[in-house]
Amino acid sequence: MKNTLVILASLGATLVSLDARAARAWLLPSQTVLANSGGWVAVDAAMADDLFSVNQGAMNADAVSITGPDGKPVAPQNVAKSRTRSTFDLELRQPGTYRISVVDDGVMARWEEDGKPKRWRGTASEMATGIPANAAKLEVEQMQRRVETFVSVGAPSALTPSGKGLELVPLRHPNDLYVGETARLRFLLDGKPARDLEIAIIAGGTRYRDAPDEMRLETDANGEISVTWPAAGHYWLDASVQDESATVPNVKRRRASYNATFEVLTQ
Amino acid sequence: MSRLSTLVAGMFLVVGATAAQSADLSVSVEIPNLPVAEYHRPYVAVWIEGADQTIAAHLAVWYQLRGDHTKWLPDLRQWWRRGGRDLKVPVDGVTGATRPVGQHLLKFDAKQQPLSKLAPGRYALVVEAVREVGGREAVRIPFEWPIGTAKRDTANGTKELGAVSLSLNP
Repeated sequence: MKNTLVILASLGATLVSLDARAARAWLLPSQTVLANSGGWVAVDAAMADDLFSVNQGAMNADAVSITGPDGKPVAPQNVAKSRTRSTFDLELRQPGTYRISVVDDGVMARWEEDGKPKRWRGTASEMATGIPANAAKLEVEQMQRRVETFVSVGAPSALTPSGKGLELVPLRHPNDLYVGETARLRFLLDGKPARDLEIAIIAGGTRYRDAPDEMRLETDANGEISVTWPAAGHYWLDASVQDESATVPNVKRRRASYNATFEVLTQ
Repeated sequence: MSRLSTLVAGMFLVVGATAAQSADLSVSVEIPNLPVAEYHRPYVAVWIEGADQTIAAHLAVWYQLRGDHTKWLPDLRQWWRRGGRDLKVPVDGVTGATRPVGQHLLKFDAKQQPLSKLAPGRYALVVEAVREVGGREAVRIPFEWPIGTAKRDTANGTKELGAVSLSLNP
């Protein structure tokens, strides 16, 4: 039963990766642990398979939202989009954890027109105008994406999930990760534990290694994994699910993905 | 010169110690002379670590006081994560200016703060040092509280710290 699920899930992932294969999306903060006086952090937002090299494409910085420790939004400053990355500064003065995220919830459609494949991406409300009513061989999928990183001023504070799509509820705070220690992470899908979810964790600096050295883990019944950090540095986490729990009217299939960047510190 | 100032500091400590011969804990921290091109005095944190590795007592934190340099306090990585980040600096009797190369003595009366609040149990003295454009090092000496018999333990740093010793006098 479980094996079947894994096979189905990996088939789904293959189908998607053939079609909508995009470079790895990540947010990289210049530092993750700040003194109580706060300060400035610079963030790179990029799409690149080499972690964390800015050598492919920029992520759209307009899509970035920052939530302060009090739950209120924080505006990025000095936003710039260059060819291979977007950058922005964040002024952090409040003690606690800032969540920096790119959250997308859209629709992707594929169909045939005069024997040629057509593709469209947009929001649920644009579907009526974006997709022709008589589209042949129409396939529509809801795409939920969350790309995140975290920065703390002083002591880290708790993170509240939104209850939508795939999310992380860290049992060990992401700004409290140290080499040789084990962190327990819980994943939620629509607010409920995401069990049997495949998670890949990859250390930064892939360009300086011959092997990808991915850590592959699967969540338990509580949607949890345990990760023991082999070395200090930046790590990128990747998870995605494909199911038939779309929340957009007249759409069945849904793909939800989650990516996060963590900084693991020395002992 | 630095030996002289150590002597003077030592004399002050002797004068400051209580005359009533109550139990005490003293710590000696050596900041080594390093043959480097660019030298800055290290930030140093001295604390008592509980069995769960949380900070049972902050004994000393030395950092650059002139200007706002508290932004570098998280570089004392272990101290920061174990409880430094919960501390609002400056703290009277705990925080102070960076110290020069040499031996530095700290003496604490068992009947006074912060030791008077220490519950019986197993602890460790931890000294952590981090230097601008240099390295970071932490040295640990375990001990039991309250003080049973007179005891002196020494641990040696390899780079950023010289000899660190803990003396317990009942």
